[in-house]
Amino acid sequence: MNWWQRLLRRNKMEEQLEKEMRFHLEEHANELVAGGASFAEAQRRARMALGGPEQVKEECRDARGTRWVEDFWQDLRYAMRMLRQRPGFAAVAVLTLALGVGASTVMFTVVNGVLLRPLPYPQPNRLVAVHGHTETWNTKLYGEQNVAYPDFLDCRRESRSLSIAGSIFNDGTVSGSGDPEHVEFQEISSNLFDVLGVHLAQGRVFLTEDDRPGAAPVAILGHSFWQRHFSGSADALGASVTLDGKLYTVVGITPAGFRLRDTEPDLMTPLGQDTAKFLQSRGPHPVGVVARLNPGATLTQARQELSLIGRQLAEQFKDTNANRTFKAEQLQPRVGDVGSTLWLLLGAVGLVLLIACTNVASLLLARAVSRERELAVRAALGAGRGRLVRQCLTESALLGLFGGTVGVGLAALGFQPFVAFWPGTLPRAEEVQLDWRVLLFSLGVSLASGILFGLAPALRAPAGELEQVLRAGGRSVLGSSRRLHSAFVISELALAVVLLVAAGMLGRTLLRLTSLDPGVNIRNVLVSRMSLSPGVLGDPGRIRAAWQDVLERAQRVPGVQSVAIVDTFPMREGNNTLGYWPTADVPPEKERPLSLATSVSPEYFHVMGIPLRQGRFFSEQDRMGGEPVGVIDDVLAQQAFGGGQNAVGKRLWVPDMGYGPFVVVGVVGHVRHWGLAGDDQAQIRAQFYYPFAQLPDKYVRRWSELMSIAVRTEIAPLSEVESLRRELRGAAGDQVLYEVHTMEQLASDSLALQRFLLLLFGIFASLALVLACIGIYGVLAYLTGQRVPEIGIRIALGARPGSVIWLVLRQSLGMILIGTAVGTAAALAAGRVLHRLVEGIQPTEFSTFALTIPVLAMAALFASFLPARRASRVDPVVALRQD
Amino acid sequence: MQLKSDLPQGTLDLLILKVIALGPVHGYAIAQRLEQVSRHVVQVPQGSLYPALHRLENRGLLAADWKETETGREAKFYRLTAKGRGQLEAETASWERLTGAVALILKLAEGGAE
Repeated sequence: MNWWQRLLRRNKMEEQLEKEMRFHLEEHANELVAGGASFAEAQRRARMALGGPEQVKEECRDARGTRWVEDFWQDLRYAMRMLRQRPGFAAVAVLTLALGVGASTVMFTVVNGVLLRPLPYPQPNRLVAVHGHTETWNTKLYGEQNVAYPDFLDCRRESRSLSIAGSIFNDGTVSGSGDPEHVEFQEISSNLFDVLGVHLAQGRVFLTEDDRPGAAPVAILGHSFWQRHFSGSADALGASVTLDGKLYTVVGITPAGFRLRDTEPDLMTPLGQDTAKFLQSRGPHPVGVVARLNPGATLTQARQELSLIGRQLAEQFKDTNANRTFKAEQLQPRVGDVGSTLWLLLGAVGLVLLIACTNVASLLLARAVSRERELAVRAALGAGRGRLVRQCLTESALLGLFGGTVGVGLAALGFQPFVAFWPGTLPRAEEVQLDWRVLLFSLGVSLASGILFGLAPALRAPAGELEQVLRAGGRSVLGSSRRLHSAFVISELALAVVLLVAAGMLGRTLLRLTSLDPGVNIRNVLVSRMSLSPGVLGDPGRIRAAWQDVLERAQRVPGVQSVAIVDTFPMREGNNTLGYWPTADVPPEKERPLSLATSVSPEYFHVMGIPLRQGRFFSEQDRMGGEPVGVIDDVLAQQAFGGGQNAVGKRLWVPDMGYGPFVVVGVVGHVRHWGLAGDDQAQIRAQFYYPFAQLPDKYVRRWSELMSIAVRTEIAPLSEVESLRRELRGAAGDQVLYEVHTMEQLASDSLALQRFLLLLFGIFASLALVLACIGIYGVLAYLTGQRVPEIGIRIALGARPGSVIWLVLRQSLGMILIGTAVGTAAALAAGRVLHRLVEGIQPTEFSTFALTIPVLAMAALFASFLPARRASRVDPVVALRQD
Repeated sequence: MQLKSDLPQGTLDLLILKVIALGPVHGYAIAQRLEQVSRHVVQVPQGSLYPALHRLENRGLLAADWKETETGREAKFYRLTAKGRGQLEAETASWERLTGAVALILKLAEGGAE
């Protein structure tokens, strides 16, 4: 029999052991009887010879090697009995732990989903991202470079170690039955799904024949788009979809949850069919490249190979590819800077968990002290110290497990609302789910909290001096346990101070930021992306006319005060940064100062309510053929010309615009483009505006694709959306407004992270406050309870209630003082972390402490007042008779 | 009280294996045989026999079956496994080496005293 069988067939083992012993004894006795002994005498002698059947059996049991499991099982049942006996204690401890573990599990679930889980493709560690690389490129500012389409084709053909696929982002309008809809689609190379290792839910992937100019237009639908437009019907295969006026036949549908470059595309079309000019040249770099390492190939090989290809191309195409090479890195999910926020929250939640554990530890300790006598009795009866410690630990580990189970239950309910409440969209939100990693984490955390915090009480298991303990009758409070209790309370208070101060800092920050002037008048302004009818996009003249038409039509809508078009507007993702120079001797690209460049129609400044400081706004006279003009903000005026008063009439060179120089005709107020919180710390704050009407033909189409309209209304802006939509639909009915916001929403959203953090830290801090108060109450109630006879004597000798209350409060005041002092020091350190991680937050101020610490001190004093008052009402007669 | 020396450490296992090597046998018979062969020489406490048997069984050196005795009673019969046989040979060899060496040393010591 192996170990498992021996363990699981315990009853059978016992039965056989019993039978074997009986057989031995009977055989021996029979023999003795045969030799002439009496029956009783024979039995006695047989037993003597064997040396006590029970002892022999016990030794045989030890020989099985399953003993510790059986002991463990016994401990477990004993622990269950103990918990059942004190349901109140068990409930408080389990709930406290459940709150701590539940909150940590929610946070860890999110951290796990967003930061730790691998990409949702098979063998994700073999996937590689390929980027273009030049020495002059500022990766920090602009992110990684993509690859030119011809370069992509060359790499794909030449590489032996990589299977390379590419995709580009695009957007367009799907029309046909119903309202036209703005969609985001990706053009992909035909091998993309093979490289990713993804199988379509239905239909087929693109074939090599699809992936070239002139092939029949085909499309693969994203799962959500398919659900929306075809309600998930298989009829979609073979049906057609009108995208930007062109008919595409649907050949495939992606599986649910499919993500490509961290978004779910509405549609996909073959990249090779696109004949756009920017795809023919090696100048622009639009293609996002993903590759899979071929079997046996390593990343190092791939890198060497790519840099070799890069060198060859650089020699061959000096104009476009000089100094350009390619680099490969393991493909990682892009989550932006959300990581620091998540780790911050996980840290904060860890503090709450610590407080919860400390609470449970002090509860356990109080119980351990009152069980001292029981343990001493058991030790006196022969239980080893190790065995007693093990048994205490089993009990606290069981508590931890129960707490953990309830906590995971809470977390399972809690993480969805958390994700939904995340400001903006949480990247990879679809990956946030309970998985084995999360369960392992929670199991680990709950066991660790159970065992670690059960350790202090468990180690009190008696070692020597048993008779002292037995005589004291469990009434003495040994100095060490009182100190341990105080240490628990002090650390709880200190942790609570940290969370309270953090919440206070966030609250003050939010107040300050909300009162900042955004630089625009955000009341009654509607902003919305807009795409023109695909029919006009071929000709710059028609595009300009179409925008003019849009402006005129929108102006006619009742309730509209003024209207403008703009390519990037404040407090929203998206910007265009360009280097500038105030004189004609422009230095090389890397040395030019940077500015935000915004293309606008003349009314823009009125719509946004941006104040004019010097000179004039744009007018209808600033058009093609006239001298290029620009308007700059305070910041740019200061940087380039040393102040607004000198700026008007000066000229500004912006080489990347391809025309100019621009005559500065006006200086306007600075706009908090990067949001209320972010603007002060932003790297590029200078702002430069130029008229859309003067934009050269070659840019007009690209700019049009980025355009938004901004409308100042006389009534609530959102009530205008429907009439604007109707009015601007265009002759062909295929012009769309999308991503509609009010500026008030955007301003508020720009503080969403701060507000969200404040809310969470508020919750954590309140939890910490409540837990710390429960902790201090519990400890004082216990300590005071132990002192009842002493207090009884004091009262019998004439102590007044007031002095008894003071006796108890003095104890807690000491703990509160030390706790807040330690907490203040820790909070100062934590404040520095917050300052680094959260935009717009102020360094810790004295007033934050002055506001938060009294709250904690008052609450803690109140919690200790209850046991103190009870102590003052002790009846001396009863107290002295006790025990 | 008889003057018997205790069994040297580890030799009980060897003796048990040797007894069982003669053929399947139950615990009481092993105890009897050990007592016969070792009478007046070494003390084999019956009480440590069974734990030793169980330990050897768990280590896979012995196997056991429940069979009827000649008197028609059911008893647990132990027999050697292949592993047990190997262990017996190895331990016998090492025992002989040890006793040989000890005897040699004792003889030398006597020679030295002469």
